[in-house]
Amino acid sequence: MERIVRKPASRGLAVPKPLLTGLNALTGFFVLLLAWHVLSHTVAPKVPEPSKTLGIFWQMFINPFYDNGPNDKGIGLQLWLSLERVFVGFGLGALIAVPLGILIGASEGLRAMLNPVIQMLRPVSPLAWFPVGLAAFQASEQAAIFVIAICSLWPTLINTALGVGSIPQDYRNVARVYAFSPWTYLTCVVLPHSLLYVLTGFRLGMGIAWMVIVAAEMLAGGTGVGFFVWDSYNSGQLEYVMASILFIGLVGWALDSALGWLVRRFSHG
Amino acid sequence: MAFLQISSVHKRFGSYAALENVNLSVQQGEVIALIGHSGCGKSTLLSMIAGLSQPTQGEILLEGRPLKGPGPERGVVFQNYSLLPWLSVYQNVKVAVASVHRERTDDEKARITEKFLQIVGLWAHRHKKPGEISGGMKQRTALARALATNPKLLLLDEPFGALDALTRANLQDELLRVWDSTLEDSFLRAIWGGERKTILLVTHDIEEAIYLCDRIAVMSNGPAASIGKVVEVPLPRPRDRRQMLESRAYVEIKEELLHLLTVVYAKKAA
Repeated sequence: MERIVRKPASRGLAVPKPLLTGLNALTGFFVLLLAWHVLSHTVAPKVPEPSKTLGIFWQMFINPFYDNGPNDKGIGLQLWLSLERVFVGFGLGALIAVPLGILIGASEGLRAMLNPVIQMLRPVSPLAWFPVGLAAFQASEQAAIFVIAICSLWPTLINTALGVGSIPQDYRNVARVYAFSPWTYLTCVVLPHSLLYVLTGFRLGMGIAWMVIVAAEMLAGGTGVGFFVWDSYNSGQLEYVMASILFIGLVGWALDSALGWLVRRFSHG
Repeated sequence: MAFLQISSVHKRFGSYAALENVNLSVQQGEVIALIGHSGCGKSTLLSMIAGLSQPTQGEILLEGRPLKGPGPERGVVFQNYSLLPWLSVYQNVKVAVASVHRERTDDEKARITEKFLQIVGLWAHRHKKPGEISGGMKQRTALARALATNPKLLLLDEPFGALDALTRANLQDELLRVWDSTLEDSFLRAIWGGERKTILLVTHDIEEAIYLCDRIAVMSNGPAASIGKVVEVPLPRPRDRRQMLESRAYVEIKEELLHLLTVVYAKKAA
């Protein structure tokens, strides 16, 4: 029996799994570059081709932090300035969304009252919020942060409310029988139960914040990767626009992976 | 006046009448069992006494006062343990102790928690999470949590159902010692006072009911279940398990309970 089961061929073709994953990913990128190359030589001849773009990408990559005044900064600096805004805006949004989400999750009346408002405001474009921020704060920097906060807080708000609203009756009974104080109930029941929901909300919200920052900086001007993209377009350097897209995508990917790691970490504890 | 008085209690879920006209009075210091077929509403009655749900009609008085929701003077061991999964065994007991014994010092709270975890034999496993221990250990944690809050009335919903026979017998004895305030530990005796606890337990196990209880309330079958006959257990205390099993009185009570459950309140054929 054993001789039939063991097939010598399987040993010769065995490829380590990480290598296989890497090869698959490389194939995917190759397909992307190929499609891009074909398109830039046919339907969209003004769009820079991959080889030129990758050359610029490499130049930007090896010298990311140079600073030659307001209109000429390395991509690393620009990305860093954008990340700062994203963290501040996202953080402010979370400071509003988590407590409000807990209240909404805990009170059916509040949920009924605020759910229509949330559903109405949630799909509003960041571009529409920007003038509101400008009017409110009279400064483009604060307006950009306002836009990030208000666009990224919805997933956190909704997920937190979902988490708090789904606390099992058993745990609530324990809290009632043993007369937990509101603080004990919050720290020993509500927050531990909702943590994964909140972190998942953070992950979705961070994705939105990183998308919104480019639009916000195009409007706000001055610094940041969004400004850099718009500025490069205006000065006719489309290779820089294309290369920036690659940088933006990679940073967004890294942000999502970091938060995904956090979610996985807490889903086992 | 009875310690716990259940008067004409009805419970309906929508159009379904679960309990109809339940009457029972329990004396302070008594151990009483609710026994009956599954689905007869034993747990529903227990949850109303715990204050977690309200009777549709009728009232429940504790020391002459109508119940207003749950309270720590009624400790509950839930059927599904209801431990908080993110807290360790120790923390699960400690958080209840800290919430109920608010006026005590941190040192006293820690000592109470430790003593009761030792009584149920879980001190060595105190750092484990509920997900890492067996069903029996979870049940013991829930029992330690209920005992450690020093309730006047202990409500136990099939407290030993998931345990092996040996552990079950040990815990039954521990429960009786706690009930009888014959704990060797002077610290615990000081906290508990000399008064016997009142215990109401829901069980399927006839031997357990006879060994632990002064009276056994047999419930009729649902829908519209009620308390049928209340059987007295006139066995002297302290009870010795082996002597009890061989005694004539035990055999007679067991026969009567079996007769009630299998003939008088037999489960209706579906």
